[in-house]
Amino acid sequence: MAAPVIILRATGRVARRQALSRGSRWVLLAASLVGVGVLAYLAYDTIDTGASRLTWDFLTSYPSRFAERAGLRSSIIGTVWVLGATIVLALPVAIGTAIWIEEFAPKNPLLTVVKLNLANLAGVPSIIYGILGLAVFVRFASLGPSILAGALTLAAMIIPMTVIAAQEAIRQVPQSLRDGSLALGATHWQTVRHHVLPQALPGIMTGIILAVSRAAGETAALIMLGAFTFIAWDNTNLFEDFTTVPIQIYNWTVRPRQQGFQVNASAAIIVLMAAVLTLNLIAAVIRERFRHE
Amino acid sequence: MTRIAVLAALVLLGLLAACSFDDETVRIDGSSTVFPIAEAVAEEFTLANKGARVNVGFSGTGAGFEKFCRGETQISNASRPIRDSEIEDCAANGIDDIVEIQVAIDALTVLVNPNNDFVDCMTVDELHTAFTNGGASTWSDIRPEWPDDKIIFYYPGTDSGTFDYFFETIVEGVDENATHRGDGTASEDDNVLALGIEHDQNAIGYFGFAFFREASEGLKAVAVDGGDGVCVEPSFDTALDGSYAPLSRPLFIYTRESFLRDRPEVLAVVNFYLESSDTLVPEVGYVSMPPELLDEQFRKLKQFLP
Repeated sequence: MAAPVIILRATGRVARRQALSRGSRWVLLAASLVGVGVLAYLAYDTIDTGASRLTWDFLTSYPSRFAERAGLRSSIIGTVWVLGATIVLALPVAIGTAIWIEEFAPKNPLLTVVKLNLANLAGVPSIIYGILGLAVFVRFASLGPSILAGALTLAAMIIPMTVIAAQEAIRQVPQSLRDGSLALGATHWQTVRHHVLPQALPGIMTGIILAVSRAAGETAALIMLGAFTFIAWDNTNLFEDFTTVPIQIYNWTVRPRQQGFQVNASAAIIVLMAAVLTLNLIAAVIRERFRHE
Repeated sequence: MTRIAVLAALVLLGLLAACSFDDETVRIDGSSTVFPIAEAVAEEFTLANKGARVNVGFSGTGAGFEKFCRGETQISNASRPIRDSEIEDCAANGIDDIVEIQVAIDALTVLVNPNNDFVDCMTVDELHTAFTNGGASTWSDIRPEWPDDKIIFYYPGTDSGTFDYFFETIVEGVDENATHRGDGTASEDDNVLALGIEHDQNAIGYFGFAFFREASEGLKAVAVDGGDGVCVEPSFDTALDGSYAPLSRPLFIYTRESFLRDRPEVLAVVNFYLESSDTLVPEVGYVSMPPELLDEQFRKLKQFLP
């Protein structure tokens, strides 16, 4: 004879809690879908508008007053120069600062002040950095509205956020690892160099990519310090005038809609998105390599 | 390690050496209204003169003069004449040989929704009532026979030369102590204004004639009575013959005599602005100057031309 099947069903408060738990799952899913949905719609709308304009000519032509002749050549080259210089300038300072704060700095009130300031600076709007760049780099250091001035400004903008991300990553490295290394006779620097940094690198990379993506999309600060809009030649050094892809996007979106510049703007946004996604991909590859070593 | 240091030093030296090439760049900045003309000039000039570097930005008329007076640009685009205070700022930096050259005529256009069937023509005083702080809030406030509906206002942001121009001629022009209203939608982006007026039955707004020409579908231009009882529609012809007053205005570029004398590339670009104005100016939506006015501008360059 088969045993009777007994179904246990919660009642009263337990039932309510379980219902709440099931419900919360859907509410949270809906919350994440709002963000993803909006993003998907924007991406679809942009690609739908801009894809037709995405030709080789568009990437290799200079700006023009005719939408169908205008292209991204000078702005892509300008963006690569500015971003490249920004990375070279910002990363050593940012990572160095993070290591110093987490591994070497004496724990005193001064350090607290430094940390607090970093957190505050990371939240300062970019236009403020633009004003700083105009006053200090463009005028006081008389660099003019050059690539170097732009890169210094963007570097100043992303250093605080990169430092904070790197600090976070370094703090995640277990103390036992440091203790083990030191116990075997390694110096403080050797411990940092061979054990802490490799462990923290994936996290640091994520921070760097987020910061560089922000610099790649920056418009207001660069316009503030006097970056140009129409440039019809290729940059070859750090002291030249420049323009960037986001500046072109801004320029094209404020044109009359009927001229067809909106299509160019969408196409340029696709280019910028693809570039940022590629950066992300490179970061992911580097991350994985370090994880397996 | 030493090898890297030597390499870095060499690269740096190379960069410094390369930067001395930069002397012949012509930098143009200023009004975003004049930008399309400057862009067209720069584009055609670069095509005709291989290797020439003409860079154009649009930081606004005021910001453009600020840069010009610091010696950071060679040509400053402006949608209004330079102010005395700006001339003084320039002089303080030793820039006292400013040359003003007109390059085109622009017209402002007042617009309403196409479904608005009662507004066809407005006088300058009525425009003043509409756009002055503490002025009209319903159509009937402007003209008693118009409906009692609330008006929605659209106008360019305060940084634009278009706003300045409207403010000076319509708001301040009628009553010196009046201020522009601030309870409407202000935007530096003309598309925002055009969209707003297009979708709002009770909207009224204004922006540049060039933009209206491009974005005219879905909008209705209001004729303006400049004070003599005649309603004039905004068009190329009425701007050119001056009958569309007072809402048509000259557009300028500013440079220095010393540049025209010592920098052949600046002279060439300025000359190009004038030489190509008959074709380029209408192409980007502005009105080109009548022959006598154009000749007057050419005469300012004559002594410097070879």
